Amino acid sequence: MTRRGRTLWLAGLVAALLVAGFLSWYASGSPDGLEHAAEEAGFAHTAEDSVTAGSPLADYLVDGEENRLSAGAAGVIGVVVTLALAGGLTLVLRRRGSSADRS
Amino acid sequence: MCNKLGGVHVPDGFLDPATSVATGALAAGTVALALRKAREELDDRTAPLAGLTAAFVFAGQMMNFPLPGLPVSGHLIGAVLTAVLVGPWTAVLCMTVVLLVQAALFADGGITALGTNVTLMALLAVVVGYGVFRGLAALLPRTRTGVLAATGIAAFLSVPVAALSFVGLFAIGGSVDLPLGTVAAAMTGVHLLIGLGEAAITVAVVGAVLAVRPDLVHGAARLRTATPLAGRPTGAATVLR
Repeated sequence: MTRRGRTLWLAGLVAALLVAGFLSWYASGSPDGLEHAAEEAGFAHTAEDSVTAGSPLADYLVDGEENRLSAGAAGVIGVVVTLALAGGLTLVLRRRGSSADRS
Repeated sequence: MCNKLGGVHVPDGFLDPATSVATGALAAGTVALALRKAREELDDRTAPLAGLTAAFVFAGQMMNFPLPGLPVSGHLIGAVLTAVLVGPWTAVLCMTVVLLVQAALFADGGITALGTNVTLMALLAVVVGYGVFRGLAALLPRTRTGVLAATGIAAFLSVPVAALSFVGLFAIGGSVDLPLGTVAAAMTGVHLLIGLGEAAITVAVVGAVLAVRPDLVHGAARLRTATPLAGRPTGAATVLR
């Protein structure tokens, strides 16, 4: 990666960690579009708990603890896991050595 | 302040098993195809950006924004954002990874509904959104503004596309027998508003990457063969590749 590419990549990662680990605490808690529509149209009650509802990270909290630290940690874990899986997959799939500006 | 993130994602129970199996099969087939096709979009330069974009979309989807005057929130889908930055087939894979992580670890979106969520957000929002983007980009001037305008309109439309596709699935295999119009009416209005948020975030992010590394933006490939951008005398867009 070039220096500029690396700067962009790091800036993007910091932005993602900041949003997931800190800003998300201030996200709106109102029902989202689908939940709202389901209530309005009358099928919200048919939602079932996911089999992963007992996951230690369910609802974007660590062990269900409703505080900043728990929510922030859950967000950071999500970013890191997503980056590892999607980044690993795309690195494996890429055509190697096909880039002109490696450094 | 509240962190109760329900997630926009379709939970288990909204659609009957037959419909969930069908969307699951469609999702699996699409991902299998994308695993082959994405190779053409990914090289040493673009692969790191693809992984990062997925992580960014995960973060963006946590950030529910309020809709003005309504007790409703919305959040980024990120399908057009990802497709324009790293290519549509790679976007299918990135979006699928995000949805998988959300469903498996965070109980956001059902497990039996995973195929449905992949179909709506990783397949239809990407394919229709990117199709609209390409169509508009061909019509609009080959400038940064043209690319961003096409990006914004495509991002906006991708949200009602996903929402109305859910309405279609609910008509086929919904948990409750409701008139199609009732579900469509409840879904459309709020998702048009959420689409405006989707467009704003997508244009801001794609615009930021275009400003520093236009060569990395998959959907801006045509800018590279165009004349140097006005006001950018270094011709950064043309020399980087």
